[in-house]
Amino acid sequence: MSQETIYAVPNVPTPGSPVKFNPEVCDGCNICVDTCPIDVYIPHPQEGKPPIVLHPEECWYCGCCVVDCPRPGAVEFNWPLQQRGYWKNKETGKTHQL
Amino acid sequence: MTTWHDYLKEEGQPPSWPYPIRFDQEQEIDTDVLVIGGGIAGCWAAISAARQGLRVALVEKGDTVRSGSGGPGCDHWCNAPANPLSRVDPDEWAQHMASRPYSNGIGIQIQCREDYDTLLEMEQMGGKIRDTGNEYVGAEGRDDATKFMISPRYGTIHSYLPDPRVGEPNFNPPETRNNVVIRVWGSTFKPALKKECRRLGVKIFDRVMGTSLLTENGIQGARVVGATGVNTRTGEFMIFKSKATIISTAGAGSLWFMCMELGGYTNMHSRAISGDGTVMAWRAGAELTKMEASAVTMIATGYRHKWYSGAGDASYENVPLVDAKGRRLPYPIQGWVDAGAMVPAPGVEDKIRQAIMKGEYELPFYGDFPSMPEVERRATWNLMLGEESTTRIIIDTFNKGGFDINRDLLQSYKFIEGQSRPQWRDAGYGGGVLVDWNLKTSLDGLYAAGTQMFAPEDHSYAAATGRYAGRKAAAYAREAGDLKISCDQIEKEKARVYAPVKRSNGIEWKELHAGIGRVMQYYVSEFKTESLFNIGMEALERIEQEAVPRLFALDPHKLTRSLEDLSMLEYSKIIIHASMARKASSVPLNFQRIDFPAVDPPEWNKFITIKQENGKVKTGELPPDFWGDMKNQYEAHNRDYTGVYKAG
Ligand SMILES: Cc1cc2nc3c(=O)[nH]c(=O)nc-3n(C[C@H](O)[C@H](O)[C@H](O)COP(=O)(O)OP(=O)(O)OC[C@H]3O[C@@H](n4cnc5c(N)ncnc54)[C@H](O)[C@@H]3O)c2cc1C
Ligand code: SF4
Ligand code: SF4
Repeated sequence: MSQETIYAVPNVPTPGSPVKFNPEVCDGCNICVDTCPIDVYIPHPQEGKPPIVLHPEECWYCGCCVVDCPRPGAVEFNWPLQQRGYWKNKETGKTHQL
Repeated sequence: MTTWHDYLKEEGQPPSWPYPIRFDQEQEIDTDVLVIGGGIAGCWAAISAARQGLRVALVEKGDTVRSGSGGPGCDHWCNAPANPLSRVDPDEWAQHMASRPYSNGIGIQIQCREDYDTLLEMEQMGGKIRDTGNEYVGAEGRDDATKFMISPRYGTIHSYLPDPRVGEPNFNPPETRNNVVIRVWGSTFKPALKKECRRLGVKIFDRVMGTSLLTENGIQGARVVGATGVNTRTGEFMIFKSKATIISTAGAGSLWFMCMELGGYTNMHSRAISGDGTVMAWRAGAELTKMEASAVTMIATGYRHKWYSGAGDASYENVPLVDAKGRRLPYPIQGWVDAGAMVPAPGVEDKIRQAIMKGEYELPFYGDFPSMPEVERRATWNLMLGEESTTRIIIDTFNKGGFDINRDLLQSYKFIEGQSRPQWRDAGYGGGVLVDWNLKTSLDGLYAAGTQMFAPEDHSYAAATGRYAGRKAAAYAREAGDLKISCDQIEKEKARVYAPVKRSNGIEWKELHAGIGRVMQYYVSEFKTESLFNIGMEALERIEQEAVPRLFALDPHKLTRSLEDLSMLEYSKIIIHASMARKASSVPLNFQRIDFPAVDPPEWNKFITIKQENGKVKTGELPPDFWGDMKNQYEAHNRDYTGVYKAG
């Protein structure tokens, strides 16, 4: 088993990330980086890679980064656990959560 | 890989700062009209000034394309009584809207007269304002000739209170409705505004935070001749010299909040809305008013759920609210049945609560989408919620997650999550900069628009007043004489701005913000007395003397957040000064003083104004309708108004 370095890092800011990138689809165009009014992201140092989420806890959940991404499927929204809404099937009465 | 921690793990080192660091550099920009804050009001101001043929610079802390509360969208163009389907006279309607205590009659009159023209200009720029795709044929309120979609809001009276006639037979029939509010596809607006700014040659400075106003010879109270700013990515210092300046940075969002890790949903607004413009104006000597007002964050998420930052959640617009057993609740649904009422009549909320306790209603409550007519259901979900603002991403993710409006009940968070604490407050929709009929502040060369002004309203109000301020500022700039800039003032501001980056340890912005929030929660909230105000002021001064000199920022982003905190600290002090000056309680100002319990006594029915003169705080007062006769004043100031812009 290869030994991975365990770094001493401060706690991860939470909620940890407002989005999930799909590196297969995202081409690192950084439109979302520039759309975000808050600078939640920074561009990845390597061109073509998805941006890095640097300030996730500052996000105001406006959704513009995802809505304005020109490549469908490159990024999807990732609601923090405690903000995932509920609904109920009117016929069966079964409840669901986002 | 997505997060910073992922990067560290993969690369074995953190990424370096991705933008050039330019703390020691400065840029100087000369312009006729400078606009600070590129939200709704700011973009409209810039466009309207540029259409007068002047050089315009627009400074925005984020990116103009989507910044501000209205950046993601807007589904209600709220006050367009001049539209062809309206059944009310714009001047009479303006009177009605301004009859609410402590409103801004000037802004409301401008909105009622010019909002429809503004909407048509929005359409010229590429904003979608009609059902051109015939998606909602048959929906109530849709006009087949114009393809406008009228909203149920303001159906009979303004919707901030329910019409006492709700429930009477034949209440609010289609043939007598006011038709003043138009449903729009506002997610198309902000990108269109930015595009028009570009087309007109407006110089856009995105990622620049305005930090101070420059006054002639650096004197407080003198003519405003420009501003300073700092680039939020590079830290570069910006000096703007301008003949006229418009501030449109909106209100102050998160003064009373402490939870930085949940910043985005403990507040109705983005954290970029931090009181900067009001504080810049205050430092320059401009007069402010209504600064003692605040509100409990009822419609913000507070520490509550995120359904477009709160509001009436699933009950929003025509969706019947039912209990877990399907029983209809007597709660307003902002629909045709209640003429768009946004709050329940007194006592209703309490009755429902008691019924819950007795088991007569069962929690949770739901929005019963399936029971609605098909076209209304789609209109509420796709248009009202889809276009409103931060709701767009919510409906997208619900759709993707399997929620189906034809089949499912959407949970409502009303009641189940309880009330907001009175200590969770919002200053954003109360106080602001005092303006006259030109939307000029008390300082020459300085104008204000949108939420920046006292007693602001909504999106279309920001648009119409921005457009108006732009043309008035342009007219001033055309006549304005030479600028006398003070180098000393610039140097002092530079020292203030960069102080946090000269340190690498001490107190970071989050802790400072929380410390300010704590003081506001303890001393300027539900329980108001002179002695609590005094303790609060001392506490803020202690923060200023002991914590601020230790404030540190490791990069330009954190510097921006730190400077926002400094705005909020000053803003908090202004609130206390104004609060001390009002020695009476007031319901509309949400201002209950234990030591002055008389509620809205007639002698206190007035605006308290506040400003600095030679660094000393001065308060004053203005009558509740200090703007005079709204119709006559508007007409006297706008003889040259040319209506809808003719491109070309
Ligand atoms: C979730 C939500 C839904 C809404 N829905 C509706 C609706 O359907 N209909 C409606 O009428 N209204 C709606 N509103 C209200 C509407 O969005 C606001 O009234 C409107 O955006 C106010 O415009 P503004 O220009 O005054 O402020 P904003 O649009 O918020 O713009 C202020 C701008 O100033 C910038 N700024 C702040 N500080 C600085 C600084 N120091 N330097 C440079 N720039 C700075 C900010 O980044 C921001 O871009 C909604 C608001 C929210 C939050
Ligand atoms: S998520 Fe979309 S906008 Fe962002 S970098 Fe990837 S492709 Fe571009
Ligand atoms: S949701 Fe808005 S604030 Fe959050 S990361 Fe996306 S663009 Fe930025």
